[in-house]
Formats: sequence, structure tokens, C-alpha cells
Amino acid sequence: MLKSIRSTFVMLGECISMSVDNIRGNKVRSFLTLLGIMIGVTAVITLISTVSGVSGSIASSFSEMGVGTLTVTVTGSDLKSGMTPDDLKKVSELEQVDGIVPTVTMNGRVSYGNQVETNIPVSGKNAYYFVLNEDLIIQGRSLNYIDDDNNSYVCVVSQEIVDTFFFGVNPVGETIYVSGLPFLIVGRYKEDSGGGIAAIFSGSPDIMIPYTTGMKINNSNEVNSFTIYLAEGADSETAKSNVEDLMDQIFDFEEDCFTVTSMASIEQTMETMLGMMSTLLAGIASIALIVGGIGIMNMMLTTVTERTIEIGLKKALGAIPWQIQIQFLIESFLLSIFGGLLGVILGLLISYALCNVLGTSFVINGGAIALGVGFSAAVGIIFGWVPARKASRLNPIDALRSI
Amino acid sequence: MAGEVFFNMRGIDKDYIMGGETVHILKKIDLSIEESEYLSVLGPSGSGKSTLMNIIGCLDTPTAGEYTLRGREVEELDEHELAALRSHEIGFIFQNSQLLSRLNARKNVELPLIYAGVGPRERRRRAEAMLERVGLSDRMDHLPTQLSGGQQQRVAIARALVGNPSILLADEPTGALDQKTGAQIMQLFQELNDEHRTIIMITHDMNIAAHARRIVRIIDGEITEGGSVVDA
Repeated sequence: MLKSIRSTFVMLGECISMSVDNIRGNKVRSFLTLLGIMIGVTAVITLISTVSGVSGSIASSFSEMGVGTLTVTVTGSDLKSGMTPDDLKKVSELEQVDGIVPTVTMNGRVSYGNQVETNIPVSGKNAYYFVLNEDLIIQGRSLNYIDDDNNSYVCVVSQEIVDTFFFGVNPVGETIYVSGLPFLIVGRYKEDSGGGIAAIFSGSPDIMIPYTTGMKINNSNEVNSFTIYLAEGADSETAKSNVEDLMDQIFDFEEDCFTVTSMASIEQTMETMLGMMSTLLAGIASIALIVGGIGIMNMMLTTVTERTIEIGLKKALGAIPWQIQIQFLIESFLLSIFGGLLGVILGLLISYALCNVLGTSFVINGGAIALGVGFSAAVGIIFGWVPARKASRLNPIDALRSI
Repeated sequence: MAGEVFFNMRGIDKDYIMGGETVHILKKIDLSIEESEYLSVLGPSGSGKSTLMNIIGCLDTPTAGEYTLRGREVEELDEHELAALRSHEIGFIFQNSQLLSRLNARKNVELPLIYAGVGPRERRRRAEAMLERVGLSDRMDHLPTQLSGGQQQRVAIARALVGNPSILLADEPTGALDQKTGAQIMQLFQELNDEHRTIIMITHDMNIAAHARRIVRIIDGEITEGGSVVDA
């Protein structure tokens, strides 16, 4: 028993060295053959690494935008079409909630002196918004609770408004007309308001007024959309169901009055989509691997035909079919694993370059490497099997006939 | 020459089907050989002598008849047992020496030992000893292409002998050699037989066949002279 294990190892060692000799003896052909596998693995590695880099940066920008938020959209029922300031206050008093920012937007006709501009984006904000973005105001003061409660006609303006209307004039203290109503400018804010997800979807506003005042201009007592900022450490799913419970009460348990979306779930959906995309792309790239495998099979079949005499000779010298088969299997395995390793290196280099171009972070994806190497090894064995079997089954007489 | 019976063939037929027609390559061959014999099978090409060699060497199986090698029914052996039999009992020498061109002389000689599962050091020792025996101690690291025809055939002989087989089976061993080199090979065969190696040599050349102690003539698949039956 021990002797047969030993002789098996002796055999395997010889097979490997003979295979290496054979591969080296056919350098050009071997290289062309492993090129197929190499390209396939390169494609798989590049796609997976690049997509994971992109999805990493998407995830991080999501967390910048604030994973700890819930977005509520209200469609309302027949009796109640939106959320009143009192309703909003109830929501903001929930345990997991740090605060809320209502979304009130309009496009206003803005005038100062003789100058008139139309279609200026105007946004209604509450005091909490300015607490969240404490660095926003660069001159004057922000809007506060008193402004909210009193529907004050005050506003803060962007740099663009200052450039348009107040060239060389200090805007703070001036009065500007929005939709025909006079507003006292109390502050000026940074252009890039960094206003969270809403700013990305609706563009940053040029003028911010108290949301209560905004509602009044819109002839509405209610808000149809707002963002909830969760308290630190709050679980977004629990908070979401608490908000839903509360709002069910507010809307008298009418169905389909509102939707609450958590950023975490959007991020999750995004990640799932990216994952699916990378699987799909890797799947497409695997076709290249299969084509490479067919190339290997082709070369091995040619090799078997070319080496018919050698096979016959070895059989005459006492080789059993298994020993012939394992030699050809090892040869195709080595060929394709070598192609796979080259592909991994090339793929990592390309994805490193791509990540630099795309500006995403380059992460070496161990799974992708394992997949590339494993797949190429499997390709070598699977596509080497048929030629190796063919070789092992050659009748020594037929194999030696050409002698 | 009295010795143990090495193999015994009785009524061996070999048919091939070629183009729908059955061709009788061998007809009722009776042949036996004893240990230490030096036998040549002489016949023109197409006489069936190579087929006979294949059957003796367990590379081919007869269509009919009985073939026992060292008392074992060859017909009943499976592929693995046949490979083991070839590995231990038979040393083949082919017409064109058939060395693997990528391997040097020593590696070529080691080949049968690899399949017999002999470890590398022992393999090397035995291959070197055998190359020395055939007079090639200074050519061990040469590739076949760097060797003359006679030297290549010597390597092939060393390869056939390295597994210490009971019998040397040579198919036209001098077929590709000039007369002088051929004579040297015959000299080597003679020495090997003097060391009690059993040798079967297949040839179409009467002059070569004459080196053997016993000549079996085969024409059209039938033994016309020198055949024998021994009751095993």
C-alpha cells in the first residue's frame, strides 16, 4: 500500500516535469492557447474589481448623504391631503427621530428694484435644517423657530442671488420681492449647500424662506414631502415602522396615504443591483473563459494526435491508461492555470488603471481572484478530460503502427 | 538447451477485418520458447511477423488460440495486468529506436522505471548502469538527436533492459542501421544472450536472423519452419 502511494507520487512528479517539458517544447502554440484563458480571466477580474470599486464609492457617497434618514412622501386621503405643521411636530417628537425637514418648493418670480427674474427656485426650510447644516450661513443669521412659528417674511439667499441683484451691495437688510411679497434678507449662504439627497434630486434652491411661509404662498396648510433625520444609533427599520404607525393614526388608518423610504433600503437596493450587474458581467466574461477552454481542448486533441507514437511507446513500456490520462490532464491543467494566473495579474493591473481613471477606490477582490484561478483550473480539467481520455484509450497497436 | 518454458502459443489465429473482408494474418501458430533462448522470427514483409510480435508482447490479443506467458492465460488479463506484465516481463526494441526526442539518453532509459514506480535515485542508478552496459557511459546527457543511429539503438536496448525483463522483443533492431553498426548491435545481442537473456528478434534479413540460435520462418501467417509445441 505504502509502495503504491509512493509510486503514485513518483508518477505525478514525473508527469508534471514531462508536462512542463512538453509545454516548453511548444512555446508559441502553448502561449496562443493560454491566451484565451488569460483574456477570459482578465475580463472577469477587471469587471469584478471595477464594479466593486464603483459600488464601494456609491455606498460611501450614500453614507455621506446620510444613511440615517427616512424620506416620507404623502399622497393623502380624501379627507386629509397632507401633513400639517402640528402633524410634523408629532413625528419629530418620536423617540428615534432627531428632527425633520419638510420639503416645500416653488419657482418664484423674484424682483428687487427694477430688476425681475422668473423661475427662481425657492425652498421652504425649517429651523432644524439650519441646525443640521450649521456651516451653511456665511453672513447674517439663519432662519429660526420664531420665523417658522410666525410665518415670517424673511429669507436667506444664495451667492447667485447676491451676484444677480446685489452687485456691490450688502444684501443683508435689503428687501426682495418673491411672488409679489416682500421678504427681508437676513442671511446669505454658501453656494454648495450640501443639502443632502434633496439637493441632488431637485437642485439647490436660490432662496430659502420659512417653510410655513412657503406653505402659505402655495395656498396650502399641509406638507406633502419631508425628510426625517434619525437620532444617533437609531435603527432605521424600527424608526420607519414607528413613523408608519404614527402616520397611520394621523391619516385615520386610511390606506396608501404615504410612503416611508429609508436611505438604508435604497442603498441596499442599489447594492443588490450592482451585485447583479457584476454577476451578469462576470457571466458574460466567463464566455471568454469557455472559449479559452475550447482552445485548450483543441490544442490537447492536436497534441494527442501528434504524440500517438509516444503514447503507444509508453504503453509498450508498461504505462497503464490512468498514467497516460493523468499526464495529459496535468498538461492542460498547467496550461490553463498558468493562463489564469497571467490573467489575474493583467486583470488587476487593468482594473487598477481603470479605478484611477474613474476615481474610485481600488480594492483587491480576493473572491474575484479565487474565481479566476478556480475557473481556469476547472476549465483545464474539464476541457483536458476528453483529450486525455482519448489518449489513454489509444490502442498501443494502433499507436505504434506508424513505427 | 533446457530451461523453463517462457511462453507457449497453441493454435493462434489473428484476423483483421479490412474493408468488410476478413484477412487472416496469423494461421494456427504453434510456438513456444524457453528461458535463455535466442530466437529470430524470419519472414518477408506482410508475413504477419509484426502481428506475432505484438501478440507475444501482449500489445495485441489473438482472435483464437491459447497463449500462456509464464503460465498465465494472457486472454484473461485486464488492461492493468497487461501493462504490469509488459512492464515486468517484456523489453521492447523498435526499428527506429523510438526515443522521446525531448528527453536525454538517461531520461529515456528511466522511462519504464517511472511507470514501474521506481524512485528517482534508484532510477538514475539503474539507468546509468544500463547505459554503461551498452557502452554509452559518456553519452548519458545527450539528446537523441545528438546521437548516431547505432547509439540511439543502444539507448533503446538499455531502455528495454532497464526494467530487468524476462525477454527482449526486438522488431527489426538493425533495420535502420548500416551494416557495421548493425553488426555491433548483433554483437551486443549475443553478449546479452550469453548472460542468459531471452531474446526474440523479428527480421526479414536472413543474415541478421542467422545470429540467433533458432530461426522460425513465417510466410503468409504460417510457420513453415522452426515452430514447436511444448506441453506446458
